[in-house]
Parts: sequence; structure tokens; C-alpha cells
Amino acid sequence: MSGKEFLVTRWTGTSTASAAIAVVVIAALSLLPLFSGANVTERLTTLFVYIILAVMWNALAGYAGLVSVGQQMFFGLGAYATIRLSYGGMNVYAAILTGTLLAGCTALPLSSFMLRLRGGEFAIATWVIATIAHLLVNFDPLIQGETGKSLIALNAYDATVRQAISYWATLATMALFLVLMFVLLRSRVGTAVQAIRDDEHAAASVGVRVMAAKRLISTIAAFGCAAAGALWLATALTFQPRTYFGIQWTAYMLFMALVGGLGTFEGPIIGAIIFFILEDRFGATGVWYLVGLGIAATLASLLLPRGIWGTIEDRYGVQIMPVGYRLQLGSVDGLDGKQQRQTEGRWARLRSLPRL
Amino acid sequence: MIWLNQIIQGTLLGGYYALIACGLSLMFGVMRIINLSHGDFAILGVFAVWLLVAQTGMSPFLALAAIIPFMALLGWALQHWVFERSLRAGPLVPLLATFGLAIVIENLLFEGFSADTRSLAPEIGDLAFDSWTLTDQIYVGHLAVLIFAVAVILLVGLQLFLKWTALGRAIRATSEDPDTAELVGVNSRAVYAVAAAIAVATTAIAGTFLAMRATFDPYSGPAQLIFAFEAVVIGGVGSLWGTLVGGIILGVAQSLGAQIGPRGFLLTGHVVFLVVLAARLFLSGVDLRGALRRGLRGFAWSRSP
Amino acid sequence: MSLLAVEQLDARHGLLKAVRNVDLRVAEGEILALVGANGAGKTTLLRTVAGAHRPASGRIMFDGRDVTALRAHQRVARGIALVPEGRRLFAGLTVEENLRVAGDAGRAGQWNIEALLEVFPMLKARLKTQAGLLSGGEQQATSIGRAMMTNPRLLLLDEISLGLAPLAIDNLYRSLTALFSSGTALVIVEQNLNRVLGVATRICCMLEGRIVLERETQLATRQQITEAYFGLRQDTFRDARP
Repeated sequence: MSGKEFLVTRWTGTSTASAAIAVVVIAALSLLPLFSGANVTERLTTLFVYIILAVMWNALAGYAGLVSVGQQMFFGLGAYATIRLSYGGMNVYAAILTGTLLAGCTALPLSSFMLRLRGGEFAIATWVIATIAHLLVNFDPLIQGETGKSLIALNAYDATVRQAISYWATLATMALFLVLMFVLLRSRVGTAVQAIRDDEHAAASVGVRVMAAKRLISTIAAFGCAAAGALWLATALTFQPRTYFGIQWTAYMLFMALVGGLGTFEGPIIGAIIFFILEDRFGATGVWYLVGLGIAATLASLLLPRGIWGTIEDRYGVQIMPVGYRLQLGSVDGLDGKQQRQTEGRWARLRSLPRL
Repeated sequence: MIWLNQIIQGTLLGGYYALIACGLSLMFGVMRIINLSHGDFAILGVFAVWLLVAQTGMSPFLALAAIIPFMALLGWALQHWVFERSLRAGPLVPLLATFGLAIVIENLLFEGFSADTRSLAPEIGDLAFDSWTLTDQIYVGHLAVLIFAVAVILLVGLQLFLKWTALGRAIRATSEDPDTAELVGVNSRAVYAVAAAIAVATTAIAGTFLAMRATFDPYSGPAQLIFAFEAVVIGGVGSLWGTLVGGIILGVAQSLGAQIGPRGFLLTGHVVFLVVLAARLFLSGVDLRGALRRGLRGFAWSRSP
Repeated sequence: MSLLAVEQLDARHGLLKAVRNVDLRVAEGEILALVGANGAGKTTLLRTVAGAHRPASGRIMFDGRDVTALRAHQRVARGIALVPEGRRLFAGLTVEENLRVAGDAGRAGQWNIEALLEVFPMLKARLKTQAGLLSGGEQQATSIGRAMMTNPRLLLLDEISLGLAPLAIDNLYRSLTALFSSGTALVIVEQNLNRVLGVATRICCMLEGRIVLERETQLATRQQITEAYFGLRQDTFRDARP
């Protein structure tokens, strides 16, 4: 390559268009409650929570290489903290926010211990800690074991208003975490994390601060799942420990991230949408639905480890959201006249853009 | 005195934990795989036993003997279709695949048998209740002693098998270095299949005893997995006798914790597990496992990973 | 007909082509020295012949039959054995257990534990010792002995002198005279040219994945070998196939 120019770019035509479309979609979604009924907004709120959970679990397993079987702990603690604060007298929406923050903060001391564990040890340790959290919440006289409690403070608000506020809060939270992940993946930490995903030892050997990157990801994942739990409570209204601390949430997250595409940005979103549609269609069949999920997750991990989106990405070289780098070689030797002009034109335009 | 009783009960409970844990330990020692559906296979096995007993009225012990070959076959199938692929694909895949499998098993069992809790205690008559009275505060149940004895016999049997038979040597060699084992003629896939078959067969034994001393339902699997894993970790990975020691420590901790309050049983066990895990991490300068190994020389059967 | 015929073999190491279009034959009972600088592809070639490594293209014929698709343990059953680079003993098993594992899995033949102890008398006292606790020379002896327990017709030895003191290497080669005269075909990868030229009938030199020299040891001069080793020749120097 000596003597030839090359340019490293991040945005392509496709990705610029996609980013623009994403912004438009979010804007359109935010206007939705003005036009449609509570049914639609409620179901979309559910979808947004699924997306948050999928993106968070994918960040952990797909990027940081951490298989957590205990994210339901933060989901449950987010809801639990909200209930506690609300019953303590805080305004319910402030409680949701504060509860999320408090629940997410529990990850900070935990991670310094947990992140030294490997593979299966880490997985089961997360499960054990989630179980401990569940048991401790059972002890709370407010919760009374598995009886649970309702977030009755929400009754102060009109049902339609309440639903709309939940919708916007969930949409905003989802958008926030998506943007956060996007920015993160494009930053130096993101490169580090993608290196860790591909080969942790190799990454460490070139100076990547593996521990710091993992801690960052696991902290974000904790806050994300806590927010999801608090927002789920805002829609579902009742808190029952078994529902929120149940292992089925991990099953859902696993399915969404795996089937959608582990280690990709778009994958978990697609996985969440698929999951949402399946639940809509088949959820009523009860356990057969869960069996189907389990089979799909097992088959996906064995046969299609890159998930649907990952496989598409690999086969067609498509990348919608520009979280990677593209190398463009500057040499125009070997191209015919028309291609030369096109390439040189593109070069001129790229050089004129501000550095991204 | 009541504390002494609890310690004795806890020690005997450790026998059950060693039973449920030895298959997990074997699978992890040989294949470096943690089977997240391990507990669910135990429950699957005991449902099969229960069904056989319900249909034919035979003794649960006979039913277990009949079911064990099928469970071994199931282990072989698991290795062939799931672990075979997982081993080549990286560390995440076995965890993901076995978790998916766990969901499938639990819910299929629920579909087939409903959520009712069941027990095999009615089938074994007095064995479930009889106990020796050592003092007016210390009772030692016949069943608990039987379970402990079975656990010890199984562990001894496995140790002897691994130490003295050709297949056992092949398993040990493959667990150290599968690549080189192949180069000296050992069929590593067959070895893994045998290890998986043994591991799954032992879960059926453990599950049956669980059903005799307590109850079970389709969703009991995960709890057994957690206990098994905790026993393995507390006792030190790679040593079968360590699994017994770990099981005893766990059982004793739980039994003492039960005296403190409701849910104390589970909570104490989990906390002890985390404390041991943390101690192992932060004292990694001190070779605890090496010390344990030297003390148990001759019993440890594979290097820790 | 050759015992071993490697035809147009390509093997990769990750994305790197470690073995490029290699043709090689080894006759029954022949001793072939395989030399070359580090990274020339010798270990990859041996591992591919033994079945531990899958080739990208090409064929491996053993005793007239295509074994390319066979896994390593199946090739051991046919009579190919490899003494891997770095010994690779089962450290947690005793010396005797290391030998027995191979013996259980391999073919019948002249080599059993008693016969091996004649060849490597130093191991007599170490039979019950854990393999990880042995000295370098003892480990190498055990590793070679282990491969011999499978009674191979073709034995591949990868860098048996590696990490051993000169005295230990002397002892090793002295012990191996029985092996050298046993009629087993051998391919010996060795850095020390003097040693291997003393026992080999043919010498083969690899450079960057290709064979650049292949001659009878009597006919090959030091000059030719050195030039081939360092890539100073423009052409490859290969005798007509036997």
C-alpha cells in the first residue's frame, strides 16, 4: 500500500440515510399518542421495554462477552425501588426516575467482584445474586413475601394521560439508551468493546483496558434493565416479586439478542420486534410459546450464532448503523475512466466534510 | 444441642448435594462446559421414574434402575447434538444452548404433568420417616443416611472408574488435552459422550432421591442446578471429593441458617457460596486449592482449568 | 509404492498459508529428516499428516488409501503416530498411565511397556510419577514412548531436542537407536542438522511452506542444505522421486 492514499470513513450513503430514517421514526412515534388509542400505545410501550432489555443484554453478551443469567435482578430492583419510594411519599414519576438510579447503582459495588469471574461461574453467580435480591425483597413487610403491591399513586392520574406519559417516558428511555449505545460503540470504548467481543486476550495484549470496558458496559446494562423494570411497573401497575425477578426475563432477553443477532447494533432491535410479534400471536398458548422460544434460542445458538441480522450483515456486507470503520483505498489504478471519475468525485466530497 | 442436630442434618443433606453436583463436576472437569439444564435433567429423570411407578406400581428404586440407561442415552444425545457443536463455537454457545434447553424441558414437563408438586415419599413407606434417635434432640433419618451412603458409593465408584479402567484413563487424558489425546488414538468425541452419559444418568439418581426426601415440580430444576453449582464451587472445581466437602459445607450452612428465620435456609447457603467465591478470588495469591489438593492427594482426578 | 504420499497439500494457520502445495513421499522403513527455519511449516505439515489439522486442499495417502478425511485417532489405528512439539504429556497422569492410554487405543505390535523400558531405562524408576513432575529428558522419552505404544508404521517426531540439555539429547538419541533400526518409517523434524543427518536416509528442507530441497543425505552437501534452509537458492532442488 506504500505510495497509495487511503481514507478511513465511518458514514456511507446507506448509513446516513438510515440514521436520518431512525430520527424520523422516533419523531413519528412520539406523535402517536395524539392520534391513536390506549391499546396501541400500551402495546408499543411493551415493545419499547423489550427493545431496551434486548439491547442491554446484547451489550453484555454480544460486546462484553458476559453471559448474565441475572439481569432480572435490576429489572426487579428498579420496580421495587419505585414502589418503595412512592409509598415513602415521593411523586410517582420522580420515584420511577430515582428508583431506576438507585437500582442501577447497586451494580457498581457488585461489578468489581463479579467481573473477575469467568464464563459459567459468572453466569451462575449472577443467577444466585438475583435470587438473593428476590429473597431479600420478599422480606420487606410492605411486599409481604409474594403478595406484592400496586403502584396506586398512579391512580391519581387519568388513565389516558397516565398511559401517554408512560409511553413517552419509555420511548424517551429507549431512544436514550439506543443513542448511548451508538455513541459508545463509535467511541474509543466501542472499539475496545468490539475487540473484546472478538478476542479478549488479543485485545488485552494490545493494551485494551478490558476490565474498565466491561465495567462500563455492565453498569449501563444495569441502569437499562432497572429503567425497564420501573417503566414496566408504570404500565402494569402491580409489583409482584416473582413476576419481576423471574428467570423468564432472561429467557426473553436471550431469545431477542440471539435470534436478532448477537454482537450487532441492529440485531437486538430486530430480535425484540420478532419477539413482540410472536408474543402477540402465540403468547396465549401459554407454555408452548415458551417451549418454542427455548427451541428457537437453542437452535439459533447452535446453527445461526450470528443471528438473523448478523448473518445478513456477514453475507451482504450491509451495515445500517455506522458503528464500524470503512477503509477506502485511494488508488484508482485498474478502474476504467468512468469509475475513476466517480471515485475521485466521491473523494473530493468526503475530504470536504468535517472530520467525524 | 439443637445446633448439633442441625449440623448433622446439614452434613447428611450434603450427601444429596454431592449427588446432584457430581454430574455437573464431571461434565465441567472433562468438557469445560457448564450445563445450565443440569437440574432440569434431574427433574426429567424423576418424572420418568414417577410415571413408571404410577403406571406399574413398582418400587421407585427398581424404576430408577430401569430409567438410568435411558438417561445415559439422553446424555449421549445431548453430547452429540448440542455439546459437540458448542465445543467448537466458543465459550458463550454452551451456556446459551443449554439455557434454551432448560426452558424447553421445564415447559414441556409443565405441559405434560401440570404444575402440581409431587413426591415419591408415599412410595417408599416408612423409609421416608424412620429415624434413629441418638438423643432426645438428635434424630438421624434412615433416608438421609441412605442418600449420603449412595453419594459416597457413587463418588468412590467414579474415582475407581477414572483411576483404574482404560476408559477412565482415556477420560482423564481427554480432559487434560483433547487434541493430544486424539493424537495417541483416543476418540475424544466418544469420551465426551461417555462423560455426558454418566453425568446425566447421575442426575436421575439425584432427582429420585430429591423426590423421596422432599417434593418436586416441573420448575424445580434451576434450584437444583444452583445448589449443585454452589457445592462444586465451594468444594473446588476438579475434585470429586471436593464436591462432597462442598456439598456438606453448603448443607450445614443452610441448616444453620434455617434456625435464624424464614428463607434463612436459602439465603445462608447463597451467601456462603458468594463468600467462598470472593475469598477464592481475592486470596488467589494463596493457593487454597493446591493446599486442599495436597491434603486430598490421590483423590483429585484432574487439574483445575 | 510409498507408505505415505502427500499430494499437493495446502494447510492454513488461521488466515496464513503455512503449507503450500507440498508433495512428499515416505517409503516403508525410511527415515526422513525434515528441516527448515522456524515458521517454515514443518509442524503444521506433521500435524496435518497426523490428522490434528485439517488441510485446505490436497490429499494424504497412507498405505495406498486416502486418509485425508479421517480424524487423528482413526489414523493412529491405521498406523500413523505423532510425537507433538513440546511433548504435550498428560501432566496429571503418571508416566505409566500416559503410556497405557496410548497402548489401549493403539495397534498391537512389538512395543509394550516392558519393551519401552528396555529402550528408555531411565523411566523404570519414574513409572508411578506424575508426568508433570519429570525432567525435560524424561518427559521427551515418555512422549516418544507414548507414541511408540501405538505401534505405528509411520512415526512423526517433532523437535524432540527442544529445550533439552546436550547431554540429555545425547542420551535420547542413544536410546532411540533401537527405534531407528526397528523398521518403522520416521519423519524427524530437528533443528540440529548433525544429529539428524547421522540417522536419516533422506533430507527434506522447507521454506515458507514449500519444499525447496529433497535429497538422499549421502548426496546432499552442507552447502546445498544451508542455501535451501535460508532461501539463498532461486530454484528448488529435488531429486527424482524414488
